[in-house]
Amino acid sequence: MIRFRDLSLHYEGADHPAVAGVDATIAEGELCVVVGPTGSGKTTLLRTTNGLVPHFSGGTLTGEVTVAGHSIADHHPRDLAEIVGFVVQDPRAGFVTGTVEEELAFSMESLGIDPATMRRRVEEILDLLGLDQLRDRPVDTLSGGEAQRTAIGAALTALPRILVLDEPTSALDPRAAEDVLAALHRLVHDLGITVLMAEHRLERVMGFADRILHLDGPGARIGGPGEMLADSPLAPPLVQLGRVAGWDPPPVHIRDARRLAGGLRERLTVEAEGGSGGSSGTVLLDASGVTVTHDGTVAVHDVSLQLRAGERVALMGRNGAGKTSLLWALQGTGRRDGGRVRAGDADPAELRASDRRRRVGLVPQEPDDLLYLATVDEECAQADRDAGAEPGSTRSLLDSLLPGVPAAAHPRDLSEGQRLLLVLAFTLAAAPPVVLLDEPTRGLDQVVKDRLCTELTRLAAEGHAVVVSTHDVEFAARFATRVAVLAAGDVVTDGPATEVLAGSPMFAPQVAKVLAPLPLLTVDDVKACLP
Amino acid sequence: MSRAAGTRRLHAAAWWVWALGLGATATRTTNPILLLFIAAVAGYVAVTCRDRTPWSRSYGAFLRLAAIVLVIRIGFHVVLGGVAGPTELVRLPEIPLPSWASGIRIGGAVSAEGVLHAAYDGLRLGVLLVCVGAANALADPRRLLQSLPGALYEVSVAVVVALTTAPQLVASAVRIRRARQLRGDLRRGVRGFTSLVVPVVEDAFDRALSMAATMDARGYGRAGEVPAGVRRATGACVIGGLAGLSMGAFAVLDTTAPDVLGVPALVVGGVLGFGALRLGARRAIRTRYRPDRWGGAETVVAASGLVALVGVLVAERTGAGTLDPVFVPITLPDPPVSAMIGVLVALVPVLVARTPVRSRASIVTATRKAAA
Repeated sequence: MIRFRDLSLHYEGADHPAVAGVDATIAEGELCVVVGPTGSGKTTLLRTTNGLVPHFSGGTLTGEVTVAGHSIADHHPRDLAEIVGFVVQDPRAGFVTGTVEEELAFSMESLGIDPATMRRRVEEILDLLGLDQLRDRPVDTLSGGEAQRTAIGAALTALPRILVLDEPTSALDPRAAEDVLAALHRLVHDLGITVLMAEHRLERVMGFADRILHLDGPGARIGGPGEMLADSPLAPPLVQLGRVAGWDPPPVHIRDARRLAGGLRERLTVEAEGGSGGSSGTVLLDASGVTVTHDGTVAVHDVSLQLRAGERVALMGRNGAGKTSLLWALQGTGRRDGGRVRAGDADPAELRASDRRRRVGLVPQEPDDLLYLATVDEECAQADRDAGAEPGSTRSLLDSLLPGVPAAAHPRDLSEGQRLLLVLAFTLAAAPPVVLLDEPTRGLDQVVKDRLCTELTRLAAEGHAVVVSTHDVEFAARFATRVAVLAAGDVVTDGPATEVLAGSPMFAPQVAKVLAPLPLLTVDDVKACLP
Repeated sequence: MSRAAGTRRLHAAAWWVWALGLGATATRTTNPILLLFIAAVAGYVAVTCRDRTPWSRSYGAFLRLAAIVLVIRIGFHVVLGGVAGPTELVRLPEIPLPSWASGIRIGGAVSAEGVLHAAYDGLRLGVLLVCVGAANALADPRRLLQSLPGALYEVSVAVVVALTTAPQLVASAVRIRRARQLRGDLRRGVRGFTSLVVPVVEDAFDRALSMAATMDARGYGRAGEVPAGVRRATGACVIGGLAGLSMGAFAVLDTTAPDVLGVPALVVGGVLGFGALRLGARRAIRTRYRPDRWGGAETVVAASGLVALVGVLVAERTGAGTLDPVFVPITLPDPPVSAMIGVLVALVPVLVARTPVRSRASIVTATRKAAA
């Protein structure tokens, strides 16, 4: 169905080709996941399937890509709309019309499909993706999962035989991600649509995938999920657990692993941990009764939270549960309608912005919002001045977080992970005892996430209190000593990570699911318990 | 579900004709009884028939704007004066002005008649705003654009995209301004402006590229094959039509121009322009999903607004009732009966727009049958 024959793509002015020597064939009706570290050309590869690369973005393509027998060399993206449905990374940025129903019809209008057929197909797609309740909703009021399903539906109404998606679940909470994946699963199984998608969060999609296309440096490998991930640095915890336990081939479904896990469970000796609540450090931030309202709706309701030195806290909960509002209110820049916050001897909300960030630092969800200069060096120098720090201190912070970020590069040309750590370095330049990060793991691959986890753990060991809001249960399991779960603005659970995560049906990491009832969350925990 | 169950969404143009009919009625009178009656009718229809959608929420903003207009109009009269009258309400201290500014007055006596005159005048403008606001609340401006002829499709999509992205631009500016505080960067002036504008513009560019990629991937911009002759004819019609229309409009407005230039040029320009739109539509292969149809209900709604206008015109001719009340002495003006009846007719949409239509399920089965 999709054929890459010795595909290489070179963007003008780039040192390396974005994709080189890819040879792969994806058969009809397969769900194929493209994996690879950040910058390995996943998005570029996906965009060649309907000719957006090179027709839309430029670049020199060698080799050949054919979809359903059509070569992209002589077809424009708009001519391939009935063959390849394409969903961009941020579906909201791709919405053209006002409501869900009109959005579904837009591609068909462009293709000149007759009104009766259009009407019928819109109704069918609404049912297929469970969007019928949302048909008249303005697209800008949709939640992340709803927007993603609408974008998938909009691509499907042209009845393409291939659906290409760029990280469809990266911004979604676990439940919304499952809705989207279930919808894709149905498309593959019931309609025989071929799906090609990129995804960093392999633990989520591995179970659904028929094939994995692994981009690593030059070239690419394709094969079944187990064999492809067995020795990959991007392997999800389940595969890593398989390696530790010596299961070959490594399992890709929790169910398979549980069946194998009986022997492993007996070999593990788990010592009862004596309260890892970390209540020993000094209180760095003390919040009580914090309430935030936006336009009359309560985003955060009467939340009390104490952060101590050395604590690593994960803040979890659905999209829209109030995590972002809470972090901004704790930092003092965001709105707060009630309650009190003390950071050291002052309320950060009453301080000047430049003093506020010396007490509580916040890395926002869109780190790009803070970047506006032409080179990394200029940004670092400006950050030194903003923080009143010694010249060069931001740069050395950055080097300790992530060595080798090119000084003359434009910040927008850096990878997501590099930009995140650059902004974290800005935040640390003011030396705040409390560091908050809002959804830092979005779009990061496993290797960069490991790095982030190590660095944040080091900061906590140096006496900071670190709070991370995240949907990524595997990251939370590895990073956090304490987990607080928000729901509809309330803190519903707040306790040691092991207790909160291991027992939760929604937030349990893969290792906990396999080894329940043992209170183990990560592969490292398992290793520590092996004789 | 944002639409009230069982009601049909009317053609956007019907609502605009209705509202402009009411608005035009309002501009022909300063009788407060008639004006308030128009406002009440427009407001009642807007509140009863509107969808629960973001643009319909803007109605409150129009009402506030109307109130502000009224207050400003009265305020100006109080300060700058205007119509004098025998009933003095208050005497403000008058600022003496040099002789060359004679005729202008700041402060001084404020008469009840003058205030009333200003209030009636402001009310007229306010009611016009209430009518436009009602149209905006009742019909999504985007749907009005969708009813444009096929040849103007690209233009209408561009406007729709702009309508969608403008609020996003504001939201991203607010977000970035707030995020800037996290950097402790509080510079003002040019440097502060750059640190705000650069990320906002980059954000907008990213989104625009993303949207363009999606639109391309979804088949937008496919064009039908059109013979070269038709293409040239379209071009000629566009130029000829525009020339005819502008010449005609100039001649009609300028009384010294020869008569042959006026109406005939307008007619020729109109015909050519219409031809250009028809020919241009041949190039666009696209179809339209659930277009707003013009049916009986639309005609009734549009006509009811025009009846109000006819009512006030009849009142002008017959002189029954008072359209422009006198202020000296202050009396309650007579309501112009025919105009009042006309405006009352403009309430008809409440009955028409609420008639139940075929349920969704029956439409689906009907189209399935049609397709089979």
